[in-house]
Amino acid sequence: MTDSAVELTRGFKEGKWTAVETTQLFLDRINANESKVHAFLSVDADRALADARKVDEKREAGESLGRLAGIPVAVKDLICTQEWTTTCGSKMLETYRPPYDATVVEKLQAADAILIGKTNLDEFAMGSSTEHSAFGRTHNPWDLERVAGGSSGGAAACVAADMALLSLGTDTGGSIRQPAAFCGVVGLKPTYGRVSRRGLIAFASSLDQIGPLAWTAEDTALLLETIAGHDPADSTSAPREVPSYSDTLNQPLKGLRIGIIEDHFEEGLNHEISQAIQTLIQWLEDAGAIPEPVRLPHSRYGIATYYVVASSEASSNLARYDAAHYGYRTSNEDAAENLEAMYERSRSEALGNEVKRRIMLGTYALSSGYYDAYYLNALKVRRLIRDDFESAFQKVDLLLGPTTPSAAFRAGEKSTDPLSMYLEDIYTVLANLAGVPAVAFPCGQTGEGLPISAQLWGPAFEEGRLLQVVHQFQSHTEWHKKRPSFS
Amino acid sequence: MTTGIESKDVLKVAKLAKLQLTEEEVKRLVDELSQIVGYVDQLSSVDTTNVAPLDHVLDVTDALRDDIVISSLPRESALSNAPKEDGETFLVPPVLG
Repeated sequence: MTDSAVELTRGFKEGKWTAVETTQLFLDRINANESKVHAFLSVDADRALADARKVDEKREAGESLGRLAGIPVAVKDLICTQEWTTTCGSKMLETYRPPYDATVVEKLQAADAILIGKTNLDEFAMGSSTEHSAFGRTHNPWDLERVAGGSSGGAAACVAADMALLSLGTDTGGSIRQPAAFCGVVGLKPTYGRVSRRGLIAFASSLDQIGPLAWTAEDTALLLETIAGHDPADSTSAPREVPSYSDTLNQPLKGLRIGIIEDHFEEGLNHEISQAIQTLIQWLEDAGAIPEPVRLPHSRYGIATYYVVASSEASSNLARYDAAHYGYRTSNEDAAENLEAMYERSRSEALGNEVKRRIMLGTYALSSGYYDAYYLNALKVRRLIRDDFESAFQKVDLLLGPTTPSAAFRAGEKSTDPLSMYLEDIYTVLANLAGVPAVAFPCGQTGEGLPISAQLWGPAFEEGRLLQVVHQFQSHTEWHKKRPSFS
Repeated sequence: MTTGIESKDVLKVAKLAKLQLTEEEVKRLVDELSQIVGYVDQLSSVDTTNVAPLDHVLDVTDALRDDIVISSLPRESALSNAPKEDGETFLVPPVLG
């Protein structure tokens, strides 16, 4: 058929294929590949085909068709869907069926997309490898012994393994971009407030954003312009018009000033990744862009700031799992007559180690006597980090650096050492702390054949500029056409 | 560097977080939290004199809407995921013993 979502919906609208045929094709691929990859927590073939049939009927009746008509889309299982369980990768919500659809899901449906499955993640999006899912880890399609990244590991792996062309993930500290990097696809974290979070189950509310994953900038633009926009039901969403990202993909790069983040090319960065990005910088220069060195002096404090802020917010957000309104409740007899015991038993039995660790860290940072030293101080450093970006964007139009310090690591390699896992996010957390958009895209491969990813950052609400660069890079290079060999 | 986190601190925080930890978990969390808090302590070396805490990354103001009554979640839906309910309310163990 085609592996471009833009062409897939065009072909559908032109009558070249039906939505049922397309959906069946992707369901067949899921049947073939899912047992190796485990990208999905639920796939409902009957429902997907029924939805596809409705879109086919719409076309046959000559009704106007939405932007994503006939395209199967995967949705991370942290995003509420009324017709599908929404587990967050946690035993706490193993059977949870939300009473409403997230705004982004409503927008997918209004655009005539077909929801094909809910994807795997680290429990409550806390992790960088999808090893912390309560329902088994996701395997990296490029090397099944390696991790897919996280927390949106399933969202990235399902694209890499050809089981969906478009996928929605969420990014609190790199959870879209790092798995996109490990799986060799494009992943974009939008500006804070660009996409409604109504129906996104909260992890760290000042950092969380929903965003798209796909093979190409063109497909990423298509999905982003579908889901972006103000939502009266999310007061943190920005009341700003959504530009057509697809329309500006070919604007010339000539004269675009690109700041190379020097701090991110120092110790800790894998040599092959550094070299691949140098080649990319050369390409940008040849295309007429102007690279220049930039420093973000406080970026070295990113991880420490992030783990205080994110864990504090998480400890508060996850207090809602009280075993009273929804979710897991213990069957322990001691808890039947004692409210406190019910809370404690239920939470302790249903939450995994990483989630408990973050709740503990956050509760500690917010507790009496430590609040000023940890939480309040982290918010001050967060301002310094954001100010670094504001100063940088007065001099340059975009910033460029690596997405991850190394390519996909082996399963089990970091899961016993929380701090080394946290340091995986060293280059990605900054965009969340500063609220700015950033995109990860493949720009090379290691000697072992694993994807290498670059990260571009823009000023708030300049997603179009990011996609413009990635699109033109992809128009002249082949990295986005590389496919893992297992399929 | 030593952060001085001990078992009693972990138990106190667990109580606040409404978690019941096994002895093994307490032991592990003493080590892990010490390591993470030790790392996070680098923030105390940053000069934050006269720096205001950042509460919102973007300039947001109060988002007000017209005071109009809109439909809310039907009771049946609100109760649909409850571990225990009686058709009208959520059921929990006695709050006052």
